[in-house]
Amino acid sequence: MDVTNHDVLLVGGGGAGLRAAIAVSEVNSKLNVAVVSKVYPMRSHTVSAEGGAAGVIKSGDSLDEHAYDTISGADWLCDQDAVEAFVKEAPEELLRLEHWGCPWSREPDGHIAVRAFGGMKKMRTWFAADKTGFHMLHTLFQTTLKYSAIARYDEWFVTKLLVDDGRVQGVVAIELATGKIQAITAKAVILCTGGCGRVFPFTTNASIKTGDGMALAYRAGAPLKDMEFIQYHPTGLPFTGILITEAARSEGGYLVNKDGYRYLQDYNLGTPQPKPVFRSMELGPRDRLSQAFVKEHEKGRTIAGPYGPVVHLDLRHLGEKLINTNLPFVRELCLKYQNIDPVKELVPVRPVIHYMMGGVSTDIHGATPLAGLYAAGEVACVSINGANRLGSNSLPELLVFGARAGAAAAQFASLQEAPGTAILAQAIDEQHRLEENFLCKSGGRERASTLREEMQHIMEDCAGIYRNGPALAAAQQNLHKLQERSANLALDDHSFTFNTDLTTALELTFMLEVAESMVASALQRTESRGAHQRTDFPARNDEKFLAHSLVSRAADGRPRVDYLPVKITRWPPGERVYGQPAQKAGAN
Amino acid sequence: MAETIKLEVARYSPERDAAPRLETFEVPYRKDWVVLDALNYIKDKADGSLTYRWSCRMGICGSCGMMVNGEPKLTCATFLADYAPAPVRVEPLRNFPVIRDLVIAMTDFMQKLQRMKPWLIRKEEKPVSEGEYLQTPEQLDLYKQYSMCINCMLCYAACPVYGLDPFFSGPAAIALAQRYNLDSRDQGAKERFTTLSQHEGIWGCTFVGECTEVCPKHVDPAGAIQQYKLTAATQWFKSMLLPWGGK
Repeated sequence: MDVTNHDVLLVGGGGAGLRAAIAVSEVNSKLNVAVVSKVYPMRSHTVSAEGGAAGVIKSGDSLDEHAYDTISGADWLCDQDAVEAFVKEAPEELLRLEHWGCPWSREPDGHIAVRAFGGMKKMRTWFAADKTGFHMLHTLFQTTLKYSAIARYDEWFVTKLLVDDGRVQGVVAIELATGKIQAITAKAVILCTGGCGRVFPFTTNASIKTGDGMALAYRAGAPLKDMEFIQYHPTGLPFTGILITEAARSEGGYLVNKDGYRYLQDYNLGTPQPKPVFRSMELGPRDRLSQAFVKEHEKGRTIAGPYGPVVHLDLRHLGEKLINTNLPFVRELCLKYQNIDPVKELVPVRPVIHYMMGGVSTDIHGATPLAGLYAAGEVACVSINGANRLGSNSLPELLVFGARAGAAAAQFASLQEAPGTAILAQAIDEQHRLEENFLCKSGGRERASTLREEMQHIMEDCAGIYRNGPALAAAQQNLHKLQERSANLALDDHSFTFNTDLTTALELTFMLEVAESMVASALQRTESRGAHQRTDFPARNDEKFLAHSLVSRAADGRPRVDYLPVKITRWPPGERVYGQPAQKAGAN
Repeated sequence: MAETIKLEVARYSPERDAAPRLETFEVPYRKDWVVLDALNYIKDKADGSLTYRWSCRMGICGSCGMMVNGEPKLTCATFLADYAPAPVRVEPLRNFPVIRDLVIAMTDFMQKLQRMKPWLIRKEEKPVSEGEYLQTPEQLDLYKQYSMCINCMLCYAACPVYGLDPFFSGPAAIALAQRYNLDSRDQGAKERFTTLSQHEGIWGCTFVGECTEVCPKHVDPAGAIQQYKLTAATQWFKSMLLPWGGK
């Protein structure tokens, strides 16, 4: 078996991975760093982020206000030391990206422009029109090209973390183009593989978002944190699930029901005003807006569409000029995929699975409890997002914690010996597993696509916007059956050349681990908080559950849930209040 | 009986085939389906070995470029309804080596992109603590359209010059060089000029602008190439007239 060796290895080449790779080089330019990614880095899902990136930069705003918005938005389930570090470093990171060439939208005098965003009390969201993630990712990727110390494994699929002597020392990966299976060893590994929205049938997430890093860490013995907290974005296009950015509402868009009524006023989110108001109505947090949709549907006031009920996003009063300048991608997507022009017509939208608050448990340096393993970005749970992430916090999060994880991993790697030979035996075992269970196997009965569909429907039925104990318990049994059936997968494709039938099957097995961890965590959290709403336990219970759930894989493969107290620094748990007092958001 | 539509899909496996062949699949016809939905249907229900790239399915990641009835297209943004009821032919992007089925090798582009130095070059870096480089909306507009390139490779598949001369840097790489050259914060145009002028392929580029025509993001690589030619010609002319001081 071929083996290559690096000091620090990044798994995932999106925003967090590329930022971390640069950080490694900045900390110690002698370190040999490599990025292994199952797609070319500029295809990574950071590319799809639209609305913006929050960071305090304007006078009249403060780090404490950003921290409070984040913490209250998170329903107090975030670690406040992490939030404080995050809000402090976010502006520096966004400026650094400006210095690297990111084409941020500007004010007439040339300064950075900011916009309002959901759950934020001040305008602090930097944006590049409504393609912020795209521009950030391409800026980061193109910037990495000038670092000769950063090697890349483009289109390599990681199947396993190699752990020996209590320390992660590399990975096994498949080169897609040739089918070559090899070990890539390293003194430290950073997971930056993003989220897992594809566990559900209806999601904004790209096809590559299959929870790979979460499952790799979980199988290697690192716990996952807060996996029951899954964000629905309130405005996805029906059928495709394509995201219509929250910026459409921060620019002044309304959400209306079948009667043209701004229904959010009925859900304790404030009173409607013509212009956007901070932390009010359409600028409320995503969990509350998605829950309001379900309630509105129960009252029979949504609109029946070919792909289920919808409400309408009304942008018509914004005018063509503002839409073309600040929301061009929204218009392009509506025209292309919905055959609707938002300048003149109402846009049908419904809540859609968008973001994973939970993930691989890390400290504020991106370190997991497993030595040598780090994580940053959506794959990780630091945690700053708690029970509900605020829009425009995830892009600065991947910069801040990508940089932190890169720096910490570089320091760790500088002190380590090269990986031992024991892990090579493990790597060869992994090669045999891939050959025997997949590539060379004959006689399996199950199609990965069939199991995937079944899993997605189990998850939508039990772990959606509202959950309950019996449904979750049944789902746990059903997922376990799918796990058993997945041992019997059959591939159509036994080729070594770009075998996407194999990667699809491996992704399914990753997603099943992630789904089980979500359901186990959701079942045990008998309270309602943020995005986790239990109809059988409708109240928040701080006495018992002001704590992160921490799920580990037991010896029998089943998830085991423990709890870890939340870190409170300066903001004791309080009530989440939205909708008052009126403070206009668009007044510039 | 539900309506169906036929897809003729190029298949090629280097382990098995001497040359690419077309295989026909019949898939449900739905008017809100894009070509990519039909490929996914085939892969999930009929033949898991069908091989292609895709990811965001919203026209921004740049993965799913293929030839659809002979034209380079993003298959996530190309509707079956535009071709029905006739069969739709799906082939790998032209002008590239094929790895398998609909997957092309794009290592050549990745190397060309890197040679363009597509990053901000400054004589002196301002510390981050001193804030942003100012850039007015008008200055942003000068390069913005070139920054929209998603590296989808449709322009290379459409480019008659790249088809004949693989050493040609090609439309996207030149557009991205120009994206930085025109950025008011950048001071690296001279360095990039050296790379751009190393090869003569650019002079073979006609004004036809097939690249600009097929760009799904309304980037104008043909415009970038013409601008560059003008710069290059001016530089050459200056160096002839002012051999001792021309810059």
